[in-house]
Amino acid sequence: MLNSRRLVLAHFWMAFGGFGLALLLGAWQMFIRSPLAGWIGNPEWYYRSVTAHGTIMGYVFPTLIAMGFGYAITETSLKAPIAGVRWAWAGIALILIGSIMAMIPVSAGLASVLYTFYPPMIGNPFYYIGVVLVVVGSWIWVALMSINLIRWKRANSGKPVPLAMYANVAGSYLWGWTAVGAALELILQIIPVAVGLRSTIDAGLARIFFSWTLHAIVYFWLIPTYIAYYTIVPRAIGGKLYSDSMARISFVLFLVVAMPIGIHHTFADPMVGAGFKFVHSVFTAIVALPTLLTVFTICASVEIASRLRGGRGPFGWLVALPWNNPTMLAVTFSFIMLGFGGAGGLINMSYQLDASIHNTQWITGHFHLIFGGAIVIMYFVIAYDLWPHLTGRNLANLSLMRLQLWLWFIGMIVTTFPWHYVGILGMPRRMAYYDYTHPAIADQALPVILSATGGLILVVSAALFFVILIRGHLSEKADPGEYRFSVAVHPPQRVPVALNSHGLWVGLMIALTATNYGFPILQLAVRSDTSVPAVYVGVK
Amino acid sequence: MTSEDHAASAVVAQKIERRWAAISILIVVFLTAMAAVAGIHQATMPQARVEIIDPEKIHLSGEFVETNLGSAIEPDGSVTVRAVGQQYSFTPQCILVPVDTKVTFRATSADVVHGLLIQQTNVNTMLVPGYVSEQVARFSRVGDHLMPCQEFCSVGHEGMWAMVKVIDRNEFMSLAASKRRVSCVE
Repeated sequence: MLNSRRLVLAHFWMAFGGFGLALLLGAWQMFIRSPLAGWIGNPEWYYRSVTAHGTIMGYVFPTLIAMGFGYAITETSLKAPIAGVRWAWAGIALILIGSIMAMIPVSAGLASVLYTFYPPMIGNPFYYIGVVLVVVGSWIWVALMSINLIRWKRANSGKPVPLAMYANVAGSYLWGWTAVGAALELILQIIPVAVGLRSTIDAGLARIFFSWTLHAIVYFWLIPTYIAYYTIVPRAIGGKLYSDSMARISFVLFLVVAMPIGIHHTFADPMVGAGFKFVHSVFTAIVALPTLLTVFTICASVEIASRLRGGRGPFGWLVALPWNNPTMLAVTFSFIMLGFGGAGGLINMSYQLDASIHNTQWITGHFHLIFGGAIVIMYFVIAYDLWPHLTGRNLANLSLMRLQLWLWFIGMIVTTFPWHYVGILGMPRRMAYYDYTHPAIADQALPVILSATGGLILVVSAALFFVILIRGHLSEKADPGEYRFSVAVHPPQRVPVALNSHGLWVGLMIALTATNYGFPILQLAVRSDTSVPAVYVGVK
Repeated sequence: MTSEDHAASAVVAQKIERRWAAISILIVVFLTAMAAVAGIHQATMPQARVEIIDPEKIHLSGEFVETNLGSAIEPDGSVTVRAVGQQYSFTPQCILVPVDTKVTFRATSADVVHGLLIQQTNVNTMLVPGYVSEQVARFSRVGDHLMPCQEFCSVGHEGMWAMVKVIDRNEFMSLAASKRRVSCVE
């Protein structure tokens, strides 16, 4: 069992607790704006709910998963107790305080600005300050990951850093830096206006700062999933990792190119010129590279598992895979959703095609498929895989796990495919009500109903997930043995310095941020005539 | 397996891996080149220039005063549509444009961030207060389109829908002959 099990369990339960609540809100939103419900009565409730759903799902839930998983990786891969456990508790405490502080004004309808903030709309200052506290709490984790790795390297000079830890620290650096964009927007722009020190704000500049965070945050959500692909899946299905160095290359590529691409979110915006839009479009294409490499390495690793089990033939090996193993099932579902979601992503980042789906329901469908689907299904796997090591008890009911994963997969497909479709029809996002009796949008009614049904399936799946985890705390005691990560077919004896440290890549990440964001930010920051009056919301 | 076999298989594994990496890079290069070529050939493009405007003064002077909103014929025969978004409507609420004609949309916001999306087309742009949005389009068929606000603009967002009517070019020209700015607002 892990020494840090209480710390890791605290992170996971807080993460999944928030996830459960936010999922219920999401399912209600799907229902209330569908033709199944009548006029909502007070549309403000809907936007309150969207703000809470987005804030929890975007900032709190994945951050806590990355943190909890990061602590577990630190202890198990470095085979040493975590340095700075007290600081780790301080970090999670800040996140708890920040989340509550943010959710009070949101619940009261004083900050219905959505998790993307959208200045010049300005809500209650405690909402923004709460979000800042969540980020600061997570920065403590970033520092702790770095400190623990440095300590280990001092004691083990020349040895390859375990892959899981290498990737985990890369993810933490990515988050540390990408969160700076939203932090600058909040601290320099929004909070001074929210507390009344200023009454004007540059809405365009704020959108650029936010795009700095908004895209790379997705890769931060993705990193725990990719760590699971590389370091849990091959071991869990009885195989080996095809290549350790390709895994490292994928993670450092994410570190370098996830950041300088966020302006593809502002293709349709008037405050960025065409040149930087095109540059960001090109860099967004490059970020497909680590995913293409990952798809190859994981498929090859899965094939190795099958061949070791006696799988034969160019396709026959697929049959010999351990399909009863929940991890096998989950990684398959995750890849299918990643495939569809990735294809959609290529459309979104396209300099030309983006205009046909920008800010339609297609986008909501896209990121729910990638995040809620491909990423979160692997969060479930991480929890299932770690739980026996956290509780010292068995997690025995494999068929219930399989049912839960199947339902999540079906639920996600049923939710997001019609969502994409109505997006192509031009259905706008984030509306509390649609008049489906209008002949021009009547054909959107059926897919929207289908989508809302998918939301219900997801709620059932999540309920099963909680049943499985809670039962895991109550089942009979069993020694899970030592926690192990996948072993590469050819385990590295020595790793090039560049792939055993992060310095070069962090340097590149910061340099590319400066080249790709420096001009668009400075161009607006030096002007005083771009600020517009704030529009306060929630004021009675 | 002897250590020699092991080393040999490592070499093969690396070779396959490198080939895949090369294919991946080619895919990325192809996609980027495709976007660049399409860009040069004037497919739908994101807005190129940054234009600044003071939202507190748009109703007093300049091109977005109320009497100047709607569709106008330019000397070169193209049409310019000027519109303003505000919580929770567009002005004009019904936009009239001719078919098979170059139409330049110029729009801005009077308060918060809005968006302008013409359904069944790829006219889709953000309206950010303080900036002017511009997009060029050509409608190939006569017909009506809904034009919702596509960005959350506070509690009345769900009610912010406008309309675009695409009409015959001659019909449009005869309407425009008698009025300086045309729209289909009744």
